[in-house]
Amino acid sequence: MSIKLTIMDQMRQIAREHGKTLAPLRDDLVLLDSGLDSLGFAVLVARLEDTLGIDPFTAAEDAMFPLTLGDFVKVYESAQQRAVA
Amino acid sequence: MKVRSNAPSLRDRIADVAPERFFWDRAARVCVNHLARGTSFGDRLAELAGRSVVVATSSQLTSALALIELDGVARRLTILPPDTAADHLGALIACAEADAVVIDQGTPDHAAFDLPVRIVCAPAIVPAEHHSLPHVPTEWVLLTSGTSGVPKMAVHSLSSLIAPIDAGQRLDGAVVWGTFYDIRRYGGLQIFLRAIIGGASLVLSCAGEPTVDHLTRLGRCGVTHLSGTPSHWRRALMAPEIGKISPRYVRLSGEIADQAILDSLRAMFPQAGVGHAYASTEAGVAFEVNDGLAGFSADFLDHGRDGVELKLVDGALRIRSPRTAQRYLGTQHASLRDRDGFVDTGDMVERRGDRYVFAGRRGGIINVGGLKIHPEEIEAVINRHPQVRMSLVRPKQSPVTGSIVIADVVLKADCMRSGGEQQIKNDILALCRDALPRHKVPAAISIVPALDVGVTGKLARRYG
Repeated sequence: MSIKLTIMDQMRQIAREHGKTLAPLRDDLVLLDSGLDSLGFAVLVARLEDTLGIDPFTAAEDAMFPLTLGDFVKVYESAQQRAVA
Repeated sequence: MKVRSNAPSLRDRIADVAPERFFWDRAARVCVNHLARGTSFGDRLAELAGRSVVVATSSQLTSALALIELDGVARRLTILPPDTAADHLGALIACAEADAVVIDQGTPDHAAFDLPVRIVCAPAIVPAEHHSLPHVPTEWVLLTSGTSGVPKMAVHSLSSLIAPIDAGQRLDGAVVWGTFYDIRRYGGLQIFLRAIIGGASLVLSCAGEPTVDHLTRLGRCGVTHLSGTPSHWRRALMAPEIGKISPRYVRLSGEIADQAILDSLRAMFPQAGVGHAYASTEAGVAFEVNDGLAGFSADFLDHGRDGVELKLVDGALRIRSPRTAQRYLGTQHASLRDRDGFVDTGDMVERRGDRYVFAGRRGGIINVGGLKIHPEEIEAVINRHPQVRMSLVRPKQSPVTGSIVIADVVLKADCMRSGGEQQIKNDILALCRDALPRHKVPAAISIVPALDVGVTGKLARRYG
């Protein structure tokens, strides 16, 4: 499964667990409008570390604050490329 | 010996406030000036004189109005935070010896609120005279978030609560305070009191209000001073609406501020002062750090500052100052202060050069978004799963999300062979979701072959 699909899959799963309604997942969706709250994102980052084996936010030297779902996916894609390289 | 307090009450302190100062929430706006000569209780304030009053309003705005009205009038004010568990209400109200409750339209019905006096507070001020009521020194009772059962109740006075503010710098010009932190907890209450003492306006959030809406309102109200936990700020930095505010002062408290969040805020608001405060419900505000660096100067520990003394005992910070709470209500708790009058914060610090940095909580207590969590409580739930041998709940830091809870789980030997790890993880999470509030449910479960057990026979917990 691609990183993007994995992320979207996990977001749906967490929204279900937390009883939240998820907005339609598009690249330009602003993350804070997605329906997940900060705890939901914390859970998302932790689950993705479990499934993808990377946590680009903790690995980064500078703090990153992605605004949209597209930005968020890119953070993971470039982290995985670095991990493979 | 009878001591009479002649210190001005909160209502006295708003008597001379400028006419264009407001308290806002999403639904209402209250002119502070009107409250100085009015009431939000209809004509029933006198019924609360000398009573032990529980403030159980659902909105922050009505809590703010009630606190101003009741300081100097009620004998005791017990402030319920919005997430107080219904199961604990009976015990809390009994411990406070409450004989009155202030509610608002949104307060849920509960048998524990059937007290001799029950008054509805509304953000509609009607003119009233107050000078006939006798002035009493009011005990302010705040709930702590640090316990796994019924919260402890820490007793402050108005003077211990405002001591850090009097010591702070005077604010110039028209100030509009905003807080991401609820004013019914110590960190948010500080901002409420700062707004009153500084003659400022205050923007409050509503329950369930999305961050983007709150930021938009903060921008519209012209917020100049804004406070929240590092987790609140990380979330705000992910909202495009952050561009709608341009505060002159940005404040962090309630969790440890790391260098990454301080740098991010300085980059976002280059014109603003960025400060982080170290405070707890019991210890009060110990100090504020305004040099843009994480941790605090070793000089604080050696020499103290503004009447606050710090010391280290076994690596944990202790604080003695006029800003600490006096005691816990109830008899079942150990003393809040040690023999020398110091409050043990349970926060571990380590020296790095000429600074001290925070190294986590003693006993592995985890701070998620300002709420303290005992790992043992979560482990007890996980360990109920028939296939779990043992578990260790630990914090995980992430610059973007703050602390979260991770559980390392050791399975019983026969389960290790049978596979189905993902199913077991899902079962454990379901168990936790049924038994625990949302912020205590582990963000992730990792199955590990073994856990370190120390020489004392206890799980080896690392700080951090």
